[in-house]
Amino acid sequence: MTALPAQPLPTDRRRLRVHDAAIGDRIYEIVTTVCALVVPALVVAIAIAILAAAWPAFSKLGLSLVTSSDWDVGAGKFGAAPALYGTLVSSAVALVIATPLAIGVAIFLSEFSPVWLRQPIGFLVDLLAAVPSVVYGLWGIFVLVPMLRERVMPFLRDRLHLGSTPFFSGPAYGPSMLAAGVVLAIMALPYISAVSREVLIAVPRSQREAALALGATRWEMIRDAVIPYARSGIIGGIMLGLGRALGETMAVTMVIGNRPEISASLFAPGYTMASLIANEFSEATNDLHLSALMAVGAILFIITLIVNAVARWLVWQVSRGRAV
Amino acid sequence: MKTRLARHWLSGAMIGLTYLAAVLATLPLLLILFHLLRKGAASLSLTFFTSMPKPVGEAGGGMANAIVGTLTLIGIACLIGLPIGIGAGIYLSEKRSTPLAHSVRFLSDVLNGLPSIVMGIFAWEFLVRPAGHFSALAGGTALAAMMIPLVTRTTEEMLRVVPISLREAALALGYPRWRTSISVVVRTALAGIATGALVAVARIAGETAPLLFTAFGNQFWSTSLREPIAALPLQIFTYAISPYDEWHAQAWAGALVLISIVLVISLAARFVTRSRFGAPVD
Repeated sequence: MTALPAQPLPTDRRRLRVHDAAIGDRIYEIVTTVCALVVPALVVAIAIAILAAAWPAFSKLGLSLVTSSDWDVGAGKFGAAPALYGTLVSSAVALVIATPLAIGVAIFLSEFSPVWLRQPIGFLVDLLAAVPSVVYGLWGIFVLVPMLRERVMPFLRDRLHLGSTPFFSGPAYGPSMLAAGVVLAIMALPYISAVSREVLIAVPRSQREAALALGATRWEMIRDAVIPYARSGIIGGIMLGLGRALGETMAVTMVIGNRPEISASLFAPGYTMASLIANEFSEATNDLHLSALMAVGAILFIITLIVNAVARWLVWQVSRGRAV
Repeated sequence: MKTRLARHWLSGAMIGLTYLAAVLATLPLLLILFHLLRKGAASLSLTFFTSMPKPVGEAGGGMANAIVGTLTLIGIACLIGLPIGIGAGIYLSEKRSTPLAHSVRFLSDVLNGLPSIVMGIFAWEFLVRPAGHFSALAGGTALAAMMIPLVTRTTEEMLRVVPISLREAALALGYPRWRTSISVVVRTALAGIATGALVAVARIAGETAPLLFTAFGNQFWSTSLREPIAALPLQIFTYAISPYDEWHAQAWAGALVLISIVLVISLAARFVTRSRFGAPVD
């Protein structure tokens, strides 16, 4: 029996490998952590960029930025109230139109749809979210706006006699708050319906079966057993749609008419914060003008940030409660 | 108390309404596609892809520079956005519940919902304003900022689907963690990650608002990434709001090309996942 030759090499090599692995792991961890840190850094950078650019206008103009409707670049007056009003009203119109439709589709897809229709319809609705906003705008200008002006507006005003209310009165301009609302409704719809569908599907079967066993009709089952269970998730979906609508720029700019006036009638043209920025940015002549536009952007940023955070929180709560 | 019959009537009516909602919700997309095909196809020809925009009043011309510009911008956005987004996604799947992971998840979702025009302002403030001129780089960066949160979330979701047993098997065989992660976990989820990337590209390909203050548009060929560059969505916007019929026709053709690009990418994304996991993941 001869003594085995000493073999220090493999041990060393193994030790070396372990050491390598530790270094590799360390590098890998650092690289992925840095990537992850980019996300919060981006949020901070965006906030800084916008607030810094907006600061001169905030400090010089103060509250008049949102309370005044006098936007006169030459006179150095920047009151963006009509844009703020237009953003809120066009989004509200969008939600009024989109919410029932989106929830209807979501209920259809989660409860009643024949299996073979579920995929195609779900896909078509989802695709609405993929259509670029400039394409919506183009379609809005040349198809939707003429249709609204010639058919829908006269119908609402004269046939349905809504002309006596301030909302549907006055001459039927083509580009209008209503046109913006309709386009935004189409754009917000896929977001609301996708989230609603998800939370409806997450409602446990037992909930439905219990309602049916108690003698509820299928509609009563939905109304009393399914929707209450999914309510905060659906509200979250609506808020997500609202966030989309508030910040949408191109499609709205193309159909709303871009007139900085506050008018109760949805038939009249309006303005939104995003379209104000998009329209005037490249023509901004002096620093205050530019800063005022950035201030409008900052207000928009803060509003959408809050709306989105609340929406995510609501959806997250539902999905957490539902985690099986 | 309502009668049984009335209740069943109401139930039937409400169910009917959900059918109606389904029809109404699919209608806009079909209408838009119909109009795009009808109006866009008429002005679409080979020259649209190969020639430059013509001045007002001259029929014909194309958007060659805008198409190339859009592809360039997408390329820049992918170069910046994909590695960071995928890296952050890997972080989220490796360290699921660190405070950083929670905040990254939440902030990604919040970023995803921010108006795209805000991304434009961000890139303008940091890249255009100091440089003093618009540039393709700034445009690509704005688009990358939109891609990062999207890619981060989809990557994480896809990595989560990978069974933990695969990871354990690799570790048991003596693979270090980083190699396990890259050559086992990430590789298994590669199709899913590719889908996420494609979805993100489809979303930014049609973005216009962030390009207004960054890429700005260009009637000519750009020779450098530090110059303003043309982009298909910008060109469509400019042409659509112009008062000229020739330009309107060009805008429709451009929109048809743009939506074809977006739809092809979206369908590809769906196909990649379907073939791998059996069901699409949205």
